[in-house]
Order: sequence, then C-alpha cells, then structure tokens
Amino acid sequence: MLTLLSEAPKYGLQLRQEFEARTGEVWPLNVGQVYTTLQRLEREGHVESDDAGRDGAQKRYRLTADGERELHSWLRTPPRAGPPPRDELVMKVQVAIRLTQVDVTEILQAHRRRIVEEMQRYTHLKADAAPEDIGLGLVVDAELFRLEAVVRWLDAADARLRSHPTRPKPSTPAADTSPAADAQDARSTGRTGDRAAGARR
Amino acid sequence: MSVVLSLRQVSKVHGSGGAAVHALRAVDLDVVAGELVAVMGPSGSGKSTLLTIAGTLEEPTTGQVTVCGSDLSTLSADATARLRRRSLGFVFQDLNLLAGLSAVENVALPLELDGMSARPARAAALQVLDELGLTDRAGHYPDDLSGGERQRVAIARAVVGERQLLLADEPTGALDAANGEAVLRMLRAACKRGIAGVMVTHDAQLASWADRVIFIRDGRVVDQTAPSAGPEALLASDPTP
Ligand SMILES: Nc1ncnc2c1ncn2[C@@H]1O[C@H](COP(=O)(O)OP(=O)(O)OP(=O)(O)O)[C@@H](O)[C@H]1O
Ligand SMILES: [Mg+2]
Repeated sequence: MLTLLSEAPKYGLQLRQEFEARTGEVWPLNVGQVYTTLQRLEREGHVESDDAGRDGAQKRYRLTADGERELHSWLRTPPRAGPPPRDELVMKVQVAIRLTQVDVTEILQAHRRRIVEEMQRYTHLKADAAPEDIGLGLVVDAELFRLEAVVRWLDAADARLRSHPTRPKPSTPAADTSPAADAQDARSTGRTGDRAAGARR
Repeated sequence: MSVVLSLRQVSKVHGSGGAAVHALRAVDLDVVAGELVAVMGPSGSGKSTLLTIAGTLEEPTTGQVTVCGSDLSTLSADATARLRRRSLGFVFQDLNLLAGLSAVENVALPLELDGMSARPARAAALQVLDELGLTDRAGHYPDDLSGGERQRVAIARAVVGERQLLLADEPTGALDAANGEAVLRMLRAACKRGIAGVMVTHDAQLASWADRVIFIRDGRVVDQTAPSAGPEALLASDPTP
C-alpha cells in the first residue's frame, strides 16, 4: 500500500486494483482488507486523506513523510521468523502411519499428485504470461518454490518409510488388479478429494 | 490428435533368475502430437529405462512399442536407425555433444547424417540456435560454452529438422533456476508447435511444465495428474487469509 501511495495519491478502489495487478492477481484482496489497512495506516500517521466527510471509497489517500520513512524501513525488515505453524500435512502423515488399515504410500502419492497439479497451474500461468510481467513471475515463483518444498518433503517421507517400514505391508487384494486400474482409481478419488478440500475452504 | 508414441504392456527385465531386476512392469502410455508428458518417480523406478525403450535404444522384454505409427518389432535394424535419426530427438543428462565439432556443426550433424547437404543443414542449424539465443555462440566448441549454453545446444540438436518425438532425461541437469526455466520454455514451445515430448525427472518444478505428469514407482505407472483445470482454478482454490 505504502509503495503504491509513494508513486502518487490514490483512491481506495484504485489501490486495490493496482495491488492485484502487480501481484499477477494471484493474491486477491477484498475491499474490506483494503480499508481496514488504510484506516490503520491513517491512525498511525503513515497516510492522510483529503476529505474526512466522504466514505472510504471516495477518499483519496496520500503518503506522509512519516509513511515514507516507514516504507523504507519496512523494505529492509526481515519477514517474521517465529516458530513454524503447525503443519497439517505432517500431522496427517503422522496419523496415517499409526493407522494399520491405511496405505501411507498411497496417502503420500495422493498429496503429491494434488500438489503437482497445483504447480502445473502456476507454471502454465507463468509460461503463458509475457516475460516482462515481473510481478506475476515473482509471485508465481514464490508459490512454486513453496509447493516444491512440500513435494520434496513427501519424497523424503516416502524414502524414510521405505527404508524403515513402520509395520508389515498389508496384504491387499489390489495386488492382482492392473496398474492402469489403480491409477484410474487414485485419480477419481483425488478429484473428489479436491472438491471436498475446496468446499471446506 | 495423432498418437506419436504408444507403449502397450511394456515390461523390461534386466538379468535373470535371482538377480533379475524388473525395471518396468506392464507400462501403458500414449503421447499425442503437441503434448508434453513428464514422468516422475524416485531413483531406480525405471524412468530412464522407459525413455531408452521409447527411443528405440533398447528393446522391451515383453510388450509393444509404436513410434510414429511403426510397431518397432516389425522394423529392420536399418529402418529403426532411420526412424531414430529422422523423427526422434534426445536430450540426455550427459549431453554427448561431440567435442571436436562446433555448436552449429553439432546441431547440423543429425541433418547431414540423414542425407541433407552441408549448406542447408548449416542454415537450419543456425536458425534453431538463433531461436535459442545462441547466434553468437554458434562457432564455439562445447568446451568453450557454459553448462547452460551446452544444454541449449543439445536441445537445438534435438529439435532441428522434422522431429516428431522429443525425449529428455533430466534435461536441466545442474542448471540454475533461470537457465532451467529457459530450457523448459523451449521444450514447451517445441511441443506447442506439434512435437510430442516425454521428459523424465524427479524434480516437481520441471515436471510442472508438462501438460500431464505420470508417476512411476518400482517400474509401474501408479498415478497421473488430471487434465489441466486452467489457471482460473488457482483463484478459486486460494484460501482467503
Ligand atoms: N543395464 C542394466 N542392467 C541391470 N539393471 C539395470 C540396467 N539398467 C537399469 N537397471 C536397473 O533397473 C532399474 C531402473 O533403472 P533406471 O535407470 O530406469 O532408473 P531411473 O528411474 O532412471 O533412476 P534415476 O532417477 O536414478 O536415474 C534400477 O533398479 C537399475 O538398477
Ligand atoms: Mg535415470
């Protein structure tokens, strides 16, 4: 926000559009987020607006000298380090290892496939974009490296379980089905899983 | 869409008896013109074996391999060699560029081996090198190129002429992210022009350039990605903070 305002005074709605344009529309913002942020910045004296009378959408905001200083110090501040958030995927795999009726390898693969599918969407977005769209490239790369790290964790977990099986391999009737049928099964369950995940969000 | 590569119930066993290694087990795979397929799997899962069989460099123990419409088991050794020279392009990890030939000579070589005369072969080679941003490196010998440049020359050699099937084994090797991306952009562009591509890798970022990713494990195809949902799906699935 401060960066956008450092170029020129702008209206709230305009800030939202420009923010989304510069992050390749990968990080959508809702109007509420824009205005709560602007109100906070105004309270802190980093921005000021023209008319106190009008409501948020009509107000034009400009950066104060204090806001300018804040922008430059923010650019140099390292992102929050802190303790890592509890990782849902790690928890799920921990649990799966303890459940005898669950094939952990299959669980790992279901997650691997879903993440690779998401990576494909990001990569194709980048591949089809103009190379000079730096904003999009930066945001997409950040997501890709993050997702790649998850796949690498899944691969490492897979290798770890292979070299130290936590329990004897369950004797499944799946042994005599064809691999093509296996792939088919896994695929369709994957899609339902996706939809369920989307709905939860 | 025409099927360029087709594997039917392809198995490969190295060695025999107690020492037998089942590198591939009943693999089915179709790749159509214009499609880039990535094959992902852990080390030793059979990725390179799949590629060398698709590339006619090795025969399956059982099963059927069809390349550009020809069932390989019905082709003579000469006909197979001709098919390989004319229609297949290889990008392997140890690039095997010939050290005694310049970049442009390396790229022109497959065309000349296929009977094209030197001048048009050179012109075609220069054009591909130009597309890959290597015009000013055309006269360099492989030893005088950076790793990324060598990789691009190898790709130029793989796509020059009328190739129909491109086979790549970990094509970005030890390249950095920017060079790796440049290489993948080229592979994807070649496929968009109508070539069929198969790339094997254990790197998810590489694989994500493909239209379809298949997963192999212990020589078996165990899974594959769903057809691309398009970038709109990203916004739909984005968790709102
Ligand atoms: N010529 C050979 N003789 C005997 N075994 C072989 C031969 N070639 C490959 N193998 C075995 O076949 C299996 C599959 O090998 P392959 O090279 O296809 O694996 P890969 O998936 O490419 O692995 P990596 O990611 O390490 O390159 C391995 O167990 C390997 O040891
Ligand atoms: Mg290999």
